[in-house]
Amino acid sequence: MSTSRVVGIARAVAAKDLRIEWRSRVMTNQVLPFAAIVMVLFAFALDNDGILQRVAPGLVWMATLFTSLVVVQRSFAVESADSAIDALRLAGVPSQGVYLGKVAALVVQLVVFETVLAVLALILYRVNVDLHGAVLLVTTCVLGSLGIAALAAVYGGLSVAGRGRETLLPLLLLPAVAPVLIGATRATESAFGSDGARVAEGWPWVGLLAVFGAVFLFGGTLGFGPLTDE
Amino acid sequence: MSNATTSVPPPTRTAATRNLGLIAIVGSIILALLGLFFTAEDVDQGSSVRIMYVHVPTAWVAYLAFVFTAVCSAGHLWGKKHSLNLDRLAGASAEVGVIFMGVTLVTGSLWGRLSWGTYWQWDPRLTTTAFLFVTYVGYLAVRGLGGTQQQRAKRSAIVALFAVLEIPLVHFSVLLWRSLHQEATVLRPNGDVTMDGLMLFSLIFGVAVFTVIFAWLVLHRNRVLALVDAVELRGIDAALEARRAEEVPS
Repeated sequence: MSTSRVVGIARAVAAKDLRIEWRSRVMTNQVLPFAAIVMVLFAFALDNDGILQRVAPGLVWMATLFTSLVVVQRSFAVESADSAIDALRLAGVPSQGVYLGKVAALVVQLVVFETVLAVLALILYRVNVDLHGAVLLVTTCVLGSLGIAALAAVYGGLSVAGRGRETLLPLLLLPAVAPVLIGATRATESAFGSDGARVAEGWPWVGLLAVFGAVFLFGGTLGFGPLTDE
Repeated sequence: MSNATTSVPPPTRTAATRNLGLIAIVGSIILALLGLFFTAEDVDQGSSVRIMYVHVPTAWVAYLAFVFTAVCSAGHLWGKKHSLNLDRLAGASAEVGVIFMGVTLVTGSLWGRLSWGTYWQWDPRLTTTAFLFVTYVGYLAVRGLGGTQQQRAKRSAIVALFAVLEIPLVHFSVLLWRSLHQEATVLRPNGDVTMDGLMLFSLIFGVAVFTVIFAWLVLHRNRVLALVDAVELRGIDAALEARRAEEVPS
């Protein structure tokens, strides 16, 4: 099967997913407020401006992880409703294409959420970002999302196969994305300048995120097909 | 019906497995005597060093179990027959591995309390071990997802291989994470302390004993899993039939 066909399928699946989310407004009306309230609750729980400023990067990424669970479940609930995934399978399209499309749609959604969360951190936790920091932050968000999405799509596919076992997703996903959380938090720390970290210190972590993203994407491309094709 | 019958492995009450069990029991007793009475106290750690004779072997067996799970999973996926027996072996091994990893974590934190003064250190090795534990609990949950036996086998084999892929990444990232946050170096068990001959022997002996226990447990657990699968294939009807047949005096 040709690469262009896989890419074509991936684009179609990603466009379909994003269109569904755009039209249903579930993300904007339900998940986004959820993400925002998590950030507010962190502030309640920690109740100290100094501490909040210091741990803001970690909180942004923890909120991202929680949100990603909701987003991934939603992304695959769409497939299991009315057995849409069976229709995809019957269409005879390569599973790699479906996987990559799912990942792409997830990355786009996660980046949107991270942008909102980062802005909330700027406002609520009073962190500062200069121009160099912003570039680092955007790169971190894209690559961090890639790592999370690449793994989440695999385990999300598993929960579709296991019908109604969504509770399994956090157990499988959260330990697996720990490396991404570590890399992304450290890079974001540099972007925010928390604890006196400099922007230049963040770039090696971004490199690490790229490696994780590539490894997970590779593994997922191989594993997704056998997992869902039953 | 007949193919279901053939999938049941031979009974475990063979001389070989019985002897294995016997070796495990005798070995455990000798290990307990060695660990509790015959070996000397450590210069720095006193009697708490005796935890080592359980802690190190269980850690070793847990890692062995997870490697074995991965090997069996790969064997299932790439083998020509997609053997369900390999899948059950992988599952049995992971179950035993999770238990032993749990024992490792508990004994390790007790030992840590005695020698470092804390139950937990954010040390890369400890953290990776805790992650391994959670990851394989997740693997066992995947095994319980349902579906046909072939589905379960394929699914869990892929998850097992993913788990193996994740472990070095987690370890590596925690290593980097800690390298930046290195606080005052805590008391660690000194690796370069020359170990007393009997202590070293007891440790190696412990590893051997626990490996035998592991093998014995996996053999039995594998058979139970095979029986569970066979029951699923045959259904309750066959079980009822067999029960009724028993009542007829022959």
